[in-house]
Amino acid sequence: MSKPKVALYWCSSCGGCEEAVVDLAEGILDVVAAVDIVFWPVALDFKKSDVEAMADGEITLSLINGAIRSSEQEEMVHMLRRKSQLVIAFGSCAHMGGIPGLANLFTRQNVLDSSYHESPSTPNNEHVEPQVEYSANGHRLTLPSLWETVKTLNQVIAVDYYIPGCPPPVNIIKEALGAVLQGKLPEKGSVLAPDVPLCDECKRRESKPEQIKIDSFKRPHLAQSDPEQCLLAQGFICLGPVTRKGCGAVCVEGNMPCTGCMGPTGRVLDYGSKALSAFASLISANADDEIEKAAATIADPTGTFYRYSLPASFLHRAGHVKVTGDK
Amino acid sequence: MFEKPSDNSRFEPRIVAFFCNWCTYTAADLAGTARMSYLPNARVIRIMCSGRLDPQFILAALRQGADGVLIGGCHPGDCHYQEGNYKTLRRIALLKRVLRDFGIEPQRVRLEWIAASEGDKVQHVINEMTEQIRTLGPLRLERREMLPALGEQPVLLEEEASAVGGGAL
Repeated sequence: MSKPKVALYWCSSCGGCEEAVVDLAEGILDVVAAVDIVFWPVALDFKKSDVEAMADGEITLSLINGAIRSSEQEEMVHMLRRKSQLVIAFGSCAHMGGIPGLANLFTRQNVLDSSYHESPSTPNNEHVEPQVEYSANGHRLTLPSLWETVKTLNQVIAVDYYIPGCPPPVNIIKEALGAVLQGKLPEKGSVLAPDVPLCDECKRRESKPEQIKIDSFKRPHLAQSDPEQCLLAQGFICLGPVTRKGCGAVCVEGNMPCTGCMGPTGRVLDYGSKALSAFASLISANADDEIEKAAATIADPTGTFYRYSLPASFLHRAGHVKVTGDK
Repeated sequence: MFEKPSDNSRFEPRIVAFFCNWCTYTAADLAGTARMSYLPNARVIRIMCSGRLDPQFILAALRQGADGVLIGGCHPGDCHYQEGNYKTLRRIALLKRVLRDFGIEPQRVRLEWIAASEGDKVQHVINEMTEQIRTLGPLRLERREMLPALGEQPVLLEEEASAVGGGAL
């Protein structure tokens, strides 16, 4: 019997997810022994035409990382969907939009302005911007078009399972691949990670007090933190209580608060507003002005709480109206 | 989804009102039994405490077609559960900053303390908020593409439907 075929593809991502696959280290040999990798642009020299030549459903599993924000990515993931029996959204960007998804707070033109015109290290006196089509010396050149809105993978194609994390932890990848190979998969649409908050596996768990009251939130680059005590109890925005476990709390191990890359547990639909709810209720003040003062110590609530999940949120993106005036 | 008014009609704001069981909902009852009339734009949902109001509910209401969300709770110090309303106060303060980043006017979310005896305040607040939202105009979220959120069913093209569900090995 021939080995199951696996494809790996990247969209709008940083390459960290590819790195995570390599981080399987010698475990990758087990993977290679068990499956045929038929497409992996970052590591192997297969072409789009090779995938096009395959029959529909011929690929057993496609692991797709990165958010979707261009016509090329859209075309590729539609093709992989057709050719694959199973599609797994791999990593925070494919799962929830990820860091690239923060572009949804701006317009496409804002993004282009910032990258091509306003960045101080980009000399661009001719005000060049990427064109979808360009003709020079009788040759017609084309580029994919950039979207106004960054999307998650399941907003573009049907996704069977999700592997969370930025990047996904090695043990989670191993378990997920094992489940696929043994056909022991849970219900379609599941996130292939434990449905329990991070605090459960945090080594500082014992130092988390029964009740936490915060009058001013601290930022990790501006305050010294005790390497033993619960970061939340110290006033840092550690998103552990609202984030899925599975990573082994490695950030907290490194004395940095959890930023929520694993996404919410299964019962939460809008991660950011749920996280906001949890942290707002920790504020100790009762009077309006003192609450405002405490809340103001969270420099960027939207970027903090929706760091990895803006495109997957209920509102997906900022409107294009400029909001002025008081609250 | 609510019914959308036809284009040529006057804009009627759709307000979702979350009223706490012990104070504001009772006040709305009082306004009713006292036959006070007020604008019909608020759809009231009773919750046990304003502190039960998950901010997800507010965003879900806006996503599904509400032009504004009104939250009514007990006055500070009067919460039936001691401090539920303080939690709401803190959450709404932070949520308004996030709404601004999303391009939603913070005036579309309003928190009011209305005691069980203040039927007239229910009348006044609903009338006032309706007119304020009328001035702001509809929340045009429907002009954005509404895509699946986390845990919702993904979009499926017809030609893909056959490949999906092919199952595991």
